Amino acid sequence: MSILNALRSDSYVDISQYRDQHFKGNRYEQEKLLKLSCSLYVGNLSFYTTEEQVYELFSKSGDVKRIVMGLDKVKKTACGFCFVEYYTRADSEHAMRFVNGTRLDDRIIRTDWDAGFKEGRQYGRGKSGGQVRDEYRQDYDPARGGYGKIIKK
Amino acid sequence: MSRRRHSDENDGGQPHKRRRTSEPIEIEDRLESLICRVGEKSTSSLESNLEGLAGVLEADLPNYKNKILRILCTVARLLPEKLTVYSTLVGLLNARNYNFGGEFVESMIRQLKETLKLNLYNEALYLVRFLSDLVNCHVIAAPSMVAMFENFVSVVQEEDGPQVRCDWYVYAVLSSLPWVGKELYEKKDVEMERILNQIESYLKRRQKIHVPMLQVWTAEKPHPQEEYLDCLFAQVQKMKKDRWQERHILRPYIAFDSVLCEALQHNLPPFTPPPHSEDAVYPMPKVVFRMFDYTDAPEGPVMPGSHSVERFVIEENLHYIIKSHWRERKTCAAQLLSYPGKNKIPLNYHIVEVIFGELFQLPQPPHIDVMYTTLLIELCKLQPGSLPQVLAQATEMMYTRLDTMNTTCIDRFLNWFSHHLSNFQFRWSWDDWSDCLTQDLDKPKPKFVREVLEKSMRLSYHQRIVDIVPANFSALIPTNPIFIYKYMDESSSSLPGYPVTIAISNAIINRSSNDEILTILKDVPNPNQEDDDDEGDSFNPLKIDVFLQTLLHMAAKSFSHSFSALAKFHEVLKILTDSDEGKLHILRVVYEAWRNHPQMISVLIDKMIRTQIVDCAAVANWIFSPDMAHDFTRFYVWEILHSTVRKMNKHVQKIQKELETAKEKLEKQHSRRKDSGDEEEDKNSDEEDGPLEEQIERLQEKVESAQSEQKNLFLVIFQRFIMMLTEHLVRCETGGVDFNTPWYKNCIERLQQIFLMHHQTIQQYMVTLENLLFTAELDHHILTVYRQFCALQM
Repeated sequence: MSILNALRSDSYVDISQYRDQHFKGNRYEQEKLLKLSCSLYVGNLSFYTTEEQVYELFSKSGDVKRIVMGLDKVKKTACGFCFVEYYTRADSEHAMRFVNGTRLDDRIIRTDWDAGFKEGRQYGRGKSGGQVRDEYRQDYDPARGGYGKIIKK
Repeated sequence: MSRRRHSDENDGGQPHKRRRTSEPIEIEDRLESLICRVGEKSTSSLESNLEGLAGVLEADLPNYKNKILRILCTVARLLPEKLTVYSTLVGLLNARNYNFGGEFVESMIRQLKETLKLNLYNEALYLVRFLSDLVNCHVIAAPSMVAMFENFVSVVQEEDGPQVRCDWYVYAVLSSLPWVGKELYEKKDVEMERILNQIESYLKRRQKIHVPMLQVWTAEKPHPQEEYLDCLFAQVQKMKKDRWQERHILRPYIAFDSVLCEALQHNLPPFTPPPHSEDAVYPMPKVVFRMFDYTDAPEGPVMPGSHSVERFVIEENLHYIIKSHWRERKTCAAQLLSYPGKNKIPLNYHIVEVIFGELFQLPQPPHIDVMYTTLLIELCKLQPGSLPQVLAQATEMMYTRLDTMNTTCIDRFLNWFSHHLSNFQFRWSWDDWSDCLTQDLDKPKPKFVREVLEKSMRLSYHQRIVDIVPANFSALIPTNPIFIYKYMDESSSSLPGYPVTIAISNAIINRSSNDEILTILKDVPNPNQEDDDDEGDSFNPLKIDVFLQTLLHMAAKSFSHSFSALAKFHEVLKILTDSDEGKLHILRVVYEAWRNHPQMISVLIDKMIRTQIVDCAAVANWIFSPDMAHDFTRFYVWEILHSTVRKMNKHVQKIQKELETAKEKLEKQHSRRKDSGDEEEDKNSDEEDGPLEEQIERLQEKVESAQSEQKNLFLVIFQRFIMMLTEHLVRCETGGVDFNTPWYKNCIERLQQIFLMHHQTIQQYMVTLENLLFTAELDHHILTVYRQFCALQM
């Protein structure tokens, strides 16, 4: 009964507008995976945030199966994102509801559904090796290498 | 250029405008929406909204009566915080259409029977309360409601059935009285008096063994933690003394009194409570959580007293709001803060009290712990000028009362506090707590601060913690989480096995095979060995030590590195830990190497269980071993034990689910064949069913074996508890010393915690537990814990 839907609004768990451009498959397939996924993308991390810190925070919503820290493709150092995988969908939904938008290492982090980790996805896709957002941003963020690459040039 | 792609056109998204059509589905959706959202976001008054809606629904009755009935019954069952809004609506409809009123009452009774059958006792409660409010709306005649209550209360006279069954029926009556007490007493005071007397004598004679196990604080001061039925009865008594005045509940029906009193009322059909059945699961008893009273809110409106009925109603409504909106923290916070009637009460205090009440609820909070943390942060954001202060006040109060706080609740308190602080740059007036510095480290306050700092460090890093606390707190700062390598350098060269560590490191770097590594390890002398006719395959603690210390040292950089190491050398580790002693020793080695970094110990043990290098019983035995005695009261140890038990439970559930699925598949296969009327049924059935039946048999064995392992795990844990506690009690008795030391309090409450956290699983093994372990010969202090646990479902 749709009354139950109206009464049980759960918008924090909805999939976002983001679609991975490198996903092998069509939009429909990607969305299907996102809706069943137990994997989360985590963004806006500090470059200094450790796997241990991510583990501790994300364990609050359930048992963490695996964490893959995002790396600069060139330097192979942390570049401010990671993937967190849970054993169950329910645990990952709790993370979307209660960890997304809170602070880790003093920064508001953002979580989003991920279709599933594949080798290669741990690397930033920006031209300089880090994340794309760090290529073009204009602000100064000491925890993410200072100014965006576009300013540094 | 935006890198975002827009969602595809025509993907079934929402139309911009809802066209007014005569499509039945659309009208039904509209009805639902109208009813669910009545009174929300409107410039007109609630009363005129209700009037308007009643008119619309009346017009739709000829065509959509059943739908409307269903919707109204559903909101009665699922939206208790809007009870009086919907009861008023039903009252208005009944005044316009007597038959509809009758049909609604019938549907409600049907629903009540259904929910009771399905063990949905909370929903049944809301239905009963709704029915009682319908008396106020002139839909149900008061005498028939009284008759229903009489039938409810007669349950306490039953011969069989657990106490919790009688509890529910008594609670259903008492908790409806804030809404309808006045009306029922005015019409049928003799009968109501009798009902209350019956309830009073039941409450006097009922068992309350369970209460200490469910109290957050054991102290009576400053706020007694009362058993929920006792508290509610006291509130009803006070209300009665006050001539049933109740000033808090919003009653829209009052404005419609002239219309409603013209309506004809219906009689409730006689309702007999369904008999007790074996698979009935009644709600567990509760203890009312109180941490504030009128002295705590310094200015503004006064907080209703602990035995005022207003307090009950406010708390119920706040609980309902959380229950409805817990998934969406912004909505939940907004709804809490816009509670109707908020200007008459110190709302922030009520909210904080209700939230902590849920967080600390025993056995378990209604929702996942982290939800409460995030909700409180959201509330702080919406009320930055007032809520943080209330929260700080609450934290301070809970800190001062740590001595009598249940250990399980202390766990949740420190988890909450450290996580909360991490969202606010760890800002806290630590100096206010410097009184803990003069106490022994095992006392509750310094212990609490230590554990908070350790948890805070996990969310940040060591230097950060050093920076945030005053210098004199240094004794409470956690150790720097660095690896302790036994075979570090030349100075350890005298240690037996040292030369082999060099060989092992080289082998690992050079990517030697597992066999090559095992060969190298053959050179490790065995301190346990007496004769040398052994090929070196028996348990050799030094081998494990040499290999694992070296491996973990090389992989110490991060969790991922260590996990990779365990995965890569899984075979070697399995061989080395083939025996029970081997499993125990590997845990010892991990601990020795990583004892500065409890979080690492925890994740490594988790991995080792999941990859079957150690089993759950080994972890339990290790935790209770003399090696771990000095860390026995540390929080991380219990995190590990509970995580281990949970893994075991989840494992059993998973295989049970697989078995069920396979059985269902077989069922489907059978019925499909039956339906198709296959003449060659017999011949085909063997071929078709064979593999599935085999699978089921295998799964059956797997389930039995898993359950056996699970039972064994609990037996090990309980046995060890009993041994430790008995030893302590005997020693204290013979030494003439008070047994109630901080260690003892921690230990006995940890035993309680095992029962409470895993009560559903443990229920299955009660017979074994009672026969083997919790026998009458046991020290009565330990036996009491067991009896309290049993009382939870009796």
